[in-house]
Amino acid sequence: MAVSEQDVRQVAALARLGLADDRVQALVGELNGILEHMDVLQQVDIGGASLDPDAAHGIRMRDDVPNPIALLRAREDFAPSMRDGFFLVPRLSTHGTAESADDEDEG
Amino acid sequence: MNDSSLLARSAADVASDIAAGRLPRDAALEASLATMASEHAGPGGLNAVLWSDAAGAHADIAALLLNPMQLLAGIPVAIKDNIATRTMPTTCGSKILEGYVSPFEATVIARLRAAGAVMPIKTNMDEFAMGSSTENSAYGVTRHPLDHTRVPGGSSGGSAAVVAAGVTRIALGSETGGSVRQPAAFCGIVGVKPTYGRVSRHGLVAFASSLDQVGVFGTTVDDAALGLQVIAGVDPLDSTTVDVPVADYRAARSVADDQPLAGVVVGRPVEYYPESLDPRMRTLLARSADHLRALGAEVRDVSLPHTSLAIPVYYIVAPAEASSNLARFDGVRYGLRVEGDGLRGMYEATRSQGFGPEVTRRILLGTYVLSAGYYDAYYKRAMAVRRLIADDFTKVFASGVHVLLTPTTPSTAFVAGSRSDPYEMYMSDIFTATANLAGVPAMSQPIGRLDGLPVGGQLLAAHFDESTMFRVAYALERALGREAHT
Repeated sequence: MAVSEQDVRQVAALARLGLADDRVQALVGELNGILEHMDVLQQVDIGGASLDPDAAHGIRMRDDVPNPIALLRAREDFAPSMRDGFFLVPRLSTHGTAESADDEDEG
Repeated sequence: MNDSSLLARSAADVASDIAAGRLPRDAALEASLATMASEHAGPGGLNAVLWSDAAGAHADIAALLLNPMQLLAGIPVAIKDNIATRTMPTTCGSKILEGYVSPFEATVIARLRAAGAVMPIKTNMDEFAMGSSTENSAYGVTRHPLDHTRVPGGSSGGSAAVVAAGVTRIALGSETGGSVRQPAAFCGIVGVKPTYGRVSRHGLVAFASSLDQVGVFGTTVDDAALGLQVIAGVDPLDSTTVDVPVADYRAARSVADDQPLAGVVVGRPVEYYPESLDPRMRTLLARSADHLRALGAEVRDVSLPHTSLAIPVYYIVAPAEASSNLARFDGVRYGLRVEGDGLRGMYEATRSQGFGPEVTRRILLGTYVLSAGYYDAYYKRAMAVRRLIADDFTKVFASGVHVLLTPTTPSTAFVAGSRSDPYEMYMSDIFTATANLAGVPAMSQPIGRLDGLPVGGQLLAAHFDESTMFRVAYALERALGREAHT
């Protein structure tokens, strides 16, 4: 199951990572070098080994109540800017054309 | 006041004196800050400290309401840079989180604070805890305290280095595949990875959630046990913590008799003693086993047959989980933002410039093994083999073995820049990743030196049986005495 250049580009797109062409080439070699060591797993007799989550201690469910995490500082302390209780974030240049963007509310 | 001799005393002793008013409340903090400012331990020396807040630590000390119940009264504790603190940045050694200050603090920090500790420094680490040498930090390489040409191990190399250099007696790190035990072994100190679920991860930046645990470094077994004592326990803010009572990990700190390990069975898994193991390291481990026998333990050979599969499994499971956990760093919610062509371009530019090469490699690897067509062959199969590795431990502990004795690492601290092949670096974790995959507690303690460099011996125990692990560790530390560091 050798990794190809196309695989690296596709996986990078899925992971939202921009890669320079020379880096793509290098990563083909690096990923294949790592994955060849994983092939040993194909030879293992997994018998009845199940994929169930470890049930030894179980996962404790939290009470279905609002988030108990109290912030130590007010949101205003660390937000870049706020208005009417909402965070204001920089406008993305791709949110419509310049003309249509003028019609949108700020943030 | 700066009394550096304080750093030669156990954290428990100094805390006790501070709590009782026999020492000034800032005595230990001043000694730590003075050591940190020295040529050896400072930025030009080890590059182990990323951020410091001496003023905040002094203010915390001044505000401390001392009482004898505080196990860490006035004790400075160093914190790995992936644990959320509110007065210093939390960057995970990454450019993508440069300048990020958490609006809340981790549960482990709150527990240290409640026990009277102060947190004056954050320590260097491999970016997002991905590495075994602390060479992958965006803020430069951390150097080994005994030999600056070598690495301190990783990923918690900064925490290990500051403890080994005498800046603090206790430090927190984090473990995903050995990131506390391996640097502890390289630096000649004690490093503990508790049972999965023993310590809250609320405020620990996630790498691989089914493996991650907060761990503790100590100059000695007692320092590490004391640190774990304070941070262990169920936490309503982390649903993966387990409501099992926290035992007294320090119960075995004083000598009861000359056979303190009577009735304890120590297993030596043959797979951890391969023919390729340095014979001198084998001799040091045999010496430790001899000590354990002399202390009353029965030592027997056992087998964990799936051990050799741990690294292939680990380097599928951990990157898979990391690729998901690190998706949140996208230029919108945290830290760095690099404008690009459109929204997607902004994501890609931010992540490419924010993440270093090892993190990029693991995100790609993790995305690949989870992608359609490869999921069954890699991820699903790795999870099945992981179960076999965990079953090995279950069987050996069910057979009457209480703890396992193994080497912590296959080598001593290596020269910086000497391991350029990623998989060769991954093999540094060959003896430690199994404990993370199985969720069992494990620790490393110094058992001697080779060519002047520390060697770590690893003890592993059954789930939530840290007490027996510490019982053996205390006894071995006492029996080895100066041999542990010569």
